[in-house]
Amino acid sequence: MNAEPPPALETRGLSKSFGALTVANAIDFRLERGARHALIGPNGAGKTSFVELVSGGLRPSAGNVLLDGADVTQLPQAARVKRGLARTFQISALFRRLTMLENVTLAIAERDGVAGGLLRPAGRHRAVIEEGFALLDRLGLADEALRPVAALAYGRQRLVEIAVALALSPKVLLLDEPAAGVPSSESGIVISVVERLPAEIAVLIIEHDMDLVFRLARRITVLVQGRILVEGTPEEIAADPRVRQVYLGERARR
Amino acid sequence: MSAAEPAIDSFARRHRYRALEALPWLAALLAYVLLPGYLPLGAQILAMILFALSADLVLGYAGIVTLGHAAFFGTGAYTAGILAAHGWGEPITGLFAGAAAAALVGLVSGFVVLRTTGLTMIMQTLVVASLLYEAANKASWLTGGDDGLQGMQVWPIFGLFRFDLFGRTAYWYCLAVLFLCWLATRHLVHSPFGRSLTGIRENVRRMHAIGAPVGRRRLVAYTISAFFAGTAGALIAQTTAFVGLGFLNLERSGTVLIMLIIGGVGRLYGAFIGVPLYMIAQDRFSSIEPVYWYFWIGLLMVVVVVFARGGVLGLFERFAR
Repeated sequence: MNAEPPPALETRGLSKSFGALTVANAIDFRLERGARHALIGPNGAGKTSFVELVSGGLRPSAGNVLLDGADVTQLPQAARVKRGLARTFQISALFRRLTMLENVTLAIAERDGVAGGLLRPAGRHRAVIEEGFALLDRLGLADEALRPVAALAYGRQRLVEIAVALALSPKVLLLDEPAAGVPSSESGIVISVVERLPAEIAVLIIEHDMDLVFRLARRITVLVQGRILVEGTPEEIAADPRVRQVYLGERARR
Repeated sequence: MSAAEPAIDSFARRHRYRALEALPWLAALLAYVLLPGYLPLGAQILAMILFALSADLVLGYAGIVTLGHAAFFGTGAYTAGILAAHGWGEPITGLFAGAAAAALVGLVSGFVVLRTTGLTMIMQTLVVASLLYEAANKASWLTGGDDGLQGMQVWPIFGLFRFDLFGRTAYWYCLAVLFLCWLATRHLVHSPFGRSLTGIRENVRRMHAIGAPVGRRRLVAYTISAFFAGTAGALIAQTTAFVGLGFLNLERSGTVLIMLIIGGVGRLYGAFIGVPLYMIAQDRFSSIEPVYWYFWIGLLMVVVVVFARGGVLGLFERFAR
């Protein structure tokens, strides 16, 4: 047990309440190194709250968050990012009037600790710019590198959302509904980018789209009313009668 | 991917000087030659451009909405003024003293003000300026209170250039200081620090999510902005040999925002267009209609907000596309 390396991300008894509303109820969760893990659940299950609690946007009422075995519960968001935790947003949170290249170079500059610099113009940080461009190139976005994000097709904006997180060279990546709002004609490019993420990154995908989940995840956790209902392989989850009732049943009714 | 990738090169060249940027300075030199009768007004305009430029740094780049920027302007003016009225009239050190005092006020007040957001923050900036206004009003033994500070003696610059009646020295002095502060501000907004301020303005949640120390960046920007606002206040105090409560009031804080909005916010050159436009209009309107000139300024403002979002520069950008 002791010889085994700790999971990339772990929560122990993680809880959060807003008055009478409990959005996270004693969640014990492990994200293994290099995992492709999906967190699913009906609307209001507390999926995005879980992302906020883990990334440091929300303070838990009780419980702990561990990154690579170290307790980061008391650390602010920025410190967790420095330890390799990156997230994307369900509703795009980009620098909309800035170019795509600038969106990623801002993140790279923060990661490298050069973003507070006053002496040299940003344009002289050539390595940062080249890395940012190479990242966009890898995601197939380089042709529009100098266009403002607001001018891009929505599917591409969702890719920039992932690109900014990848620019931080994360060890753990939380993808909050990466394909949310993307028309089906464009969702293929989002899926293929998620599929091709570097294997060493532990990825947690919060997703509504079942096709995407079963295509990408090797492990699935089902969250219902802030509580883990069940966890298992995609086959186990698909066969589980409780999941069918709670989640897939709800979907069938729609 | 080759190093000669044009997108990378053009991105890396954004901070280089362009020919168009010489325009405001050529205009300033031309004004000196062609309008010798207006040099005192010209000097005031140059100093106010610096004030508006400092406001652009917080409003246009860091996205901090302030209704109390006069706090720093007034602090700089009173510091330089009080020094000159009490036996230290050396202008350059007086200017630095004013700027430093304003920066200190910015640092201390920013520590409190910037912890809040939205309306609360606007109210707090207002409160800081109001507190200083009342303090200056109350401490009339030092500031002259309602009557304003009297008896400033500003020595010649470098011991050589005496402030003359025609405002020639004042004009050159303001132009030189504005130029240096513009160089510094321009360098700042193109630095990684300046780019990160733009990021904070565009999306503060994302800046947190990429691990930026948002609070610290904002405080540094606020302090630097206060430094330049204080410089502007000290310039006007020294060149007019007068400081009054009007340097600290809400009208001063509001006017600089109006000037900036007319010119265009967050573009570095909005101040260079909005301030002359506003002050020349004010000068013209007030000689035609001494009582109602504010009406015309108001009308101009309405037109800008309705038809020219992004100010005059915003208009140019739209036509350039």
